[in-house]
Amino acid sequence: MPLATPTNEPAPRKRAFWTMARREGLAGYLFVAPQAAGTITFVLVPLGLVFWYSLHEWNVLAGTFKFVNDANYRKLLADPALPEVLGATAIFSAGLVIFNLSLALLLAVLVNQKLKGIVVFRTLFFSPVVVSLVAWTIVWGFLLQANGGINGILGVFGIAGPNWLRTPATAMASVIVVQVFKNVGLNMVLFLAALQGVPRELYEAARVDGASRFKQFRRITLPLISPTILLTMIITIVGSLQVFAQIAVLTQGGPGMSTTVLVYYLYQQAFQFHRFGYGATISILLFLIVAVLTFAQWQMRRRIVFYEN
Amino acid sequence: MKLLDLRLAALAAGIAIPLAAVPAMATDIRMAIWSANEAHLKLFNEIGAAYTAAHPDVNVKFDSRAFDGYTTTLTTQIAGGNAPDLAWILETTAVDFVNSGALAPLKATFKGSAGYDLPDVTQSSLALWSAGSEIYAYPFSTSPFGMFVNNDVIKAAGQKTPAQLIAAGEWIWDNAIKIDEAVAAAGKQGLIVRDFDYKVWDNLASIWSGWGATPWSADGKTCTFAEQPMVAAMTFIHNAIFTKKAIPGPGVTADFFAGEAAMTITQISRASLLPRENPFSWDLVPLPAGPAGEYAVIGQAGIGVFAKGKNPAVAADFLAFFTNPENSRKLAQFFPPARASLLNAEVLAKANPLLSPEQLKAVVIKGISTGKVKLSHAGFAEIQQTARAALDALWVPNADVPAVMKSVCARIQPMLAM
Repeated sequence: MPLATPTNEPAPRKRAFWTMARREGLAGYLFVAPQAAGTITFVLVPLGLVFWYSLHEWNVLAGTFKFVNDANYRKLLADPALPEVLGATAIFSAGLVIFNLSLALLLAVLVNQKLKGIVVFRTLFFSPVVVSLVAWTIVWGFLLQANGGINGILGVFGIAGPNWLRTPATAMASVIVVQVFKNVGLNMVLFLAALQGVPRELYEAARVDGASRFKQFRRITLPLISPTILLTMIITIVGSLQVFAQIAVLTQGGPGMSTTVLVYYLYQQAFQFHRFGYGATISILLFLIVAVLTFAQWQMRRRIVFYEN
Repeated sequence: MKLLDLRLAALAAGIAIPLAAVPAMATDIRMAIWSANEAHLKLFNEIGAAYTAAHPDVNVKFDSRAFDGYTTTLTTQIAGGNAPDLAWILETTAVDFVNSGALAPLKATFKGSAGYDLPDVTQSSLALWSAGSEIYAYPFSTSPFGMFVNNDVIKAAGQKTPAQLIAAGEWIWDNAIKIDEAVAAAGKQGLIVRDFDYKVWDNLASIWSGWGATPWSADGKTCTFAEQPMVAAMTFIHNAIFTKKAIPGPGVTADFFAGEAAMTITQISRASLLPRENPFSWDLVPLPAGPAGEYAVIGQAGIGVFAKGKNPAVAADFLAFFTNPENSRKLAQFFPPARASLLNAEVLAKANPLLSPEQLKAVVIKGISTGKVKLSHAGFAEIQQTARAALDALWVPNADVPAVMKSVCARIQPMLAM
């Protein structure tokens, strides 16, 4: 019977806790910690609080905070002003997105030329983006007065300009134009980068095949910059739903309710009429609208975006 | 051990001595105001410094906010837990503030303040700021609306001055608007209702009161926009704007104090805006008589102490100092006082070097004794906004005035009846 030979192997060492995988994991968590902390503190907690407030009637002056269950939501559904407000919001967003994206793409194509001094034009179109929003809007407010700069220029040509901010149609158009001119430069830069990423050989091949400039644009440029179009569309729509300063400075929601968009209505209810609970309910509605629209556009990407993995 | 004891003693001394050297923490109190006028602020700071001299542990700061959106800013600060200790309150929002419980009661502090003489403050001026027998804010400004006129511009248009019309007993709205129409035809603007700007429609009370019109019944429950006096007054105003061009139209900017218009309706605190360089010949006259006769409209502003502020007792004590007889006399140069003893031409003339005793008598003293305080209602901000949106249909040529007035009532009646 063979004797059991004592093994020379050392007793199995206790595995170190800080394995490479764990260390890497910790490093990863530490790297994302500042961003996660910021998101929790400044996004998730306020979002939770807004939902909590929406279940209450909060009168700031009286200092009362009463739980009212879903009363604010039922009130929102029955609010007679809501259809008008949602209508104004839809007109503003649609007008802004169409005008902004078309103009941005046009400007991007124009400044995507190898010409002397083209940088000056690019800077010129981009500069409003870095101007203070309120200062920009106030200057436009002066220009759009009945006896302001724009009507002054029109008067030189014998045209009696309208009272821009006092008629419903022109007031909405004015607010859209002011917002488009403010931010079109940003989308222009994004489009410009996308245009410069389109391989030159494709155009050369198309030219050899006898494709016209328009056909090249439609069949090559547009498909290849479609991811950027989707990105700018999402950014612009979300931004358009959050418009506030321009309305507050230029029209204060008027004339009538014609420019009272959702955020401005929220501001009126919460901060002017002291109904913070109801204001919070409107902001939940705004959040849902933004979330649904963004999700829908993201789903559409398979159909409209070319080269998407 | 000894060494350790020595070290501990040194450590204790190192902490205790600097702490003992630091004076007791000063109390800062903050008053929110809507004036950024240098002359006003200079006077307020002087009064604040005098209070600090008597109470070295208290510092007073005046926080100027834009008049536009003032109440919104204030309530936002309250919501954010950063309420000022004291704040100016507009007469239009007085009901909301007084009835909300946001303001601290003041009567005991006023009564206990040496030399305050509370009975000298007229009961009529306190009415809006009281609930039951308690006072919740002090009406530091009881200021009738008057009309500043630019006689240079009026004479240049070949018109009689308002003073001449008053002397002839012809100072009525029809004649005032005739002057404005002529001035507008000559290239300047006619009448500016200051701060109205086709949004703050309640400022038109300075005109429609001449027709005996009111926006709602005395009990505040029924809308009276669609009743005859208001329709007649609004028709007159609409004609003055769109037919006679006597009032600058919507979206037209003009500044009376820059010499761009014939007349402006405002309060005497605006006299400080009159130009010092290149002055024009100006006058301050009462509002013209309307079809319902002579009238006056008073704008009031109160100062309240927030019950949930950091130092309500100190703030109330400062308010008693700010509005005592001596300081009220100083404040009278900008803000007509609520104290009966100060409401005479002699005292007001000393405080208002810019205005003549005759102007003060005709506009301020007579105005306060005969005028009605501008409208106020619970939930005023919402009523104001809702009526503003409905009235936008009036500020176009060819508007159907009675129909618009009916639509205003249709919109605000549910809020009034609440």
